[in-house]
Amino acid sequence: MKTENQKAWFFVLPVLLLVAFNAIIPMMTVVNYSVQETFGDNLFFWEGLTWFEQILRSERFHNALGRQFLFTFLILIIEVPLGIAIALAMPRKGFWVPVCLVLMSLPMLIPWNVVGAMWNIFALPDIGLLGYTLNHVLGINYDMTQDPVAAWVTIITMDVWHWTSLVVLLSYAGLVSIPEAYYQAAKIDGASNWSVFRFIQLPKMKNVLTIAILLRFMDSFNIYTEPFVLTGGGPGNSTTLLSIDLVKIALGQFDLGPAAAMSLIYFAITLLVSWLFYTLMNREDLNTEGER
Amino acid sequence: MQKRSIIPIVYIIFLMLPIYWLVAMSFKTTNEILAGFSLFPQTFTVEAYVTIFTDPSWYWGYINSILYVSLNTIISVCVALPAAYAFSRYRFLGDKQLFFWLLTNRMAPAAVFALPFFQLYSAVGLFDTHLAVALAHCLFNIPLAVWILEGFMGGVPKELDETAYVDGYSFPHFFVKIFLPTIKAGVGVTAFFCFMFSWVELLLAKTLTAVAAKPIAATMTKTASSAGYELGLLAAAGTLTIVPGAIVIYFVRNYIAKGFAMGRV
Repeated sequence: MKTENQKAWFFVLPVLLLVAFNAIIPMMTVVNYSVQETFGDNLFFWEGLTWFEQILRSERFHNALGRQFLFTFLILIIEVPLGIAIALAMPRKGFWVPVCLVLMSLPMLIPWNVVGAMWNIFALPDIGLLGYTLNHVLGINYDMTQDPVAAWVTIITMDVWHWTSLVVLLSYAGLVSIPEAYYQAAKIDGASNWSVFRFIQLPKMKNVLTIAILLRFMDSFNIYTEPFVLTGGGPGNSTTLLSIDLVKIALGQFDLGPAAAMSLIYFAITLLVSWLFYTLMNREDLNTEGER
Repeated sequence: MQKRSIIPIVYIIFLMLPIYWLVAMSFKTTNEILAGFSLFPQTFTVEAYVTIFTDPSWYWGYINSILYVSLNTIISVCVALPAAYAFSRYRFLGDKQLFFWLLTNRMAPAAVFALPFFQLYSAVGLFDTHLAVALAHCLFNIPLAVWILEGFMGGVPKELDETAYVDGYSFPHFFVKIFLPTIKAGVGVTAFFCFMFSWVELLLAKTLTAVAAKPIAATMTKTASSAGYELGLLAAAGTLTIVPGAIVIYFVRNYIAKGFAMGRV
């Protein structure tokens, strides 16, 4: 049991100061912009909530938000089951375990702009391995700079390539924590593979899977660099996800007010969904503590 | 060999294909790349790597990146250690809210903060320094470090602390001499994660630097746009950015799965 101790605040203070410096001041700047209009030269005019209304009603924002949810939804339903399947098939001990883990983690250690550039080179229609194979070996007409479907398939594949390993590693960590005795008991009871998965493995993976889904949700919802380098949001606006659109407005058109309002709405949505996950996770923690 | 091991093997091949293509491209001449498709480099050349290792504007990109990443890792781990201890051992006013607030910063889209960060770090006179990037990356690395360390510390029984106090250890003495060695795997994993997330993040790093602390990504973007299509050079630079990650991951290979689970298994 934890003890009550208000002096613990002193331990937390350095973290609090550093994060507050990086989080609160920029956040206040954004809030400041979101209620004003600027024409440059540091001239600002009070606008109230106009920008928020405008953004919430604008079709452009709805489209970007729709694309963002579609993207996050698609990568979650691909990466989570795939990650679990791979973790289940992985060896539990021996020489190959660290080899698998290191090779699988490799994509996550590559800088995000390099990931985008790498996939760009990989997908070039005539000289990239993927593009060449699809166009000239399989005879599928594939060019992600022209065809929105091809662009979507490419960014989804890229994200699956980049992040499925996170789900694999988390599920794997859950799986190896299951004592051998559980499996032996299941074997004696004559349990099928499916019931072993459903009643032993899945419950043990529940916590780590919640973390995996939470992390994948947050990161895919904030994704910017990789699709920006890969497709630049195109062709047209077909792969313009929320943050790409945001940067277009803020730095491309220098509309600081609308961009700031959009940032706050964007952040609020991320926060709301993540909070739901977090409370879910804490409830799970309480349940498991009760079982002990 | 078991039949089911085919799944991880196919998956790893899928992971290696784009990486192979990048590496293969880096050993080709520009002419060969533009001439058409070839699975292996026909005329093997290390010209691109020679350029990178002899041109200061290239190799300083790597040095700058490594400097701010290391600085960030040290800062993040040092301040996260006491905080994680407090969260794992004590209840205090607002602890749950504070923990969640820390996590929310992990959720903030970097794109949202790019411009305000530029203004903030210009205002305090840190623009274009390694420290600026290291501090900015604390925004998402400190919450992560606290989260992982708290998970590892939660696995250490409280009796350890109590016994040490009974034996007459002072708190700092106990923390450094007994507690830290107990969770050293956790500290290693945390440092690895800080390194990793600071290494892969480049939007803020690019925003906060101009010349003196410019990360490798900025150099790469410049090449991509200005020098036409020097794909070989770009591929070589990309290949080299994979190396530091591959080296650090080797050291934590046995703890990596537990680390990704935030120490919570």
